[in-house]
Amino acid sequence: MTQLRELPVDKITKAIGDLIQESAYALPDDYLAAMRSAQEREASQVGRIMISTLLENSDYAASQQIPTCQDTGMAIVMLEIGQDVHLVGGGLTDAVNAGVRQGYADLRKSVVADPLLRENTADNSPAVLHTDIVPGDRLKITVAMKGFGAELMSRLQMLPANSGSAAVTEFVLETIRAAGPNACPPIIVGVGLGSSFDGVGLLAKKALMRPLGQPSPQPHIAQLEQELLQQVNALGIGPQGFGGSVTALAVHIESFATHIAALPVAVNLNCSAPRRASIIL
Amino acid sequence: MLPKSIQLPLSKESVLELRAGDIVLLMGDLLTARDAAHKRLIAEIEAGNNLPVQLAGETIYYVGPAPAGPSQPVGPAGPTTSGRMDPYTIPLLKLGLRGMIGKGYRSEPIKQALIQHQAVYFAAVGGAAALLSKQIQASEIIAYSDLDTEAIRRFSVVGFPVIVVNDCYGGDAYADGLAEYGPPN
Repeated sequence: MTQLRELPVDKITKAIGDLIQESAYALPDDYLAAMRSAQEREASQVGRIMISTLLENSDYAASQQIPTCQDTGMAIVMLEIGQDVHLVGGGLTDAVNAGVRQGYADLRKSVVADPLLRENTADNSPAVLHTDIVPGDRLKITVAMKGFGAELMSRLQMLPANSGSAAVTEFVLETIRAAGPNACPPIIVGVGLGSSFDGVGLLAKKALMRPLGQPSPQPHIAQLEQELLQQVNALGIGPQGFGGSVTALAVHIESFATHIAALPVAVNLNCSAPRRASIIL
Repeated sequence: MLPKSIQLPLSKESVLELRAGDIVLLMGDLLTARDAAHKRLIAEIEAGNNLPVQLAGETIYYVGPAPAGPSQPVGPAGPTTSGRMDPYTIPLLKLGLRGMIGKGYRSEPIKQALIQHQAVYFAAVGGAAALLSKQIQASEIIAYSDLDTEAIRRFSVVGFPVIVVNDCYGGDAYADGLAEYGPPN
């Protein structure tokens, strides 16, 4: 019989609190490298000023240990739980939310308890929690602090079965055109393809978690990512929307099987402050 | 070339001088308000009540700042998306609001109202909240303190960098950018 590995949930609480603190103050290296390279190819002078301002902001926030952006978002927590892990010492959801409360103690409280009544929870909990059960005895935690300027401009559509990549492309471009400066470009575009209505949004979110510079392992998807990126940048929205050649740093697509009737597509936008981090326990 | 400095509160003459695309540095006092405060202000106006702040000649910055750290007057404070304030903006312009700072598109009716009321819409760099907070020297909550980050504050700013998006002549820096770098119409 497989030996279960016991993992106290307070380790999850601490890890989530630490990941939130780290990502609030320092943007990921892959993003900073992509921005430096974008600065070199941006055609617009104002666009180059915008990119250098954002890079300077990132340096300053890291040096002062203050948040890069006032909107430190809502916590999206993705757990890949090995099936040989036995969680002990309390409930998993409670442990995750305790980590969110710890991590956000000094950060802005941007979460309301009810979408209609809109009373602030005052501690930025709860997290949006996704769990996958995977082989093994490890637990991987990914935390995204998702700013809602770009979340608000994200979209989902259930296209009919035979729409093909042309209709997907048009929907992605339409979404980004409508978002324009609102999503704080240069943006990162996460696209979900396939699955079901509920599944396709999560695929798009997972696409945003992939580090920049890593194309999809599927050749036809990697090719679509490249084509979409070129077309998005041809829109001319540019850094912060003042016109230019860099509207997006990357387009990432995650796809999954779907029904014979449909081609679900979701476009989840990330602003120019992708706060995300992972750890394996 | 260094951008020119503009004094707050904005004079009518300053508004008339500003053109879409100008990068300027703001000096002086402004108000902050975002979704929840706008909703309350409009409810007060509709109920015929006095507002907790005078808006004539003022500039509103759409921001919900992060909490201040030790020895900071305010935490990181970058702009939020302005379009959400569009439904509330015209009554405020009628009360004399002269400037707004945020990020992102405004609706056609707001752009027309800027011409009619001789007001201006600026963008600050979205996501540059840490740097922007360096230019805020003082912050004081002046209304709706229960709204926490969404309370109305008075900021004193020095050299606060913004770009004119929509001027009082119908100029639009976002449209100009698309015309120059986007596909032909």
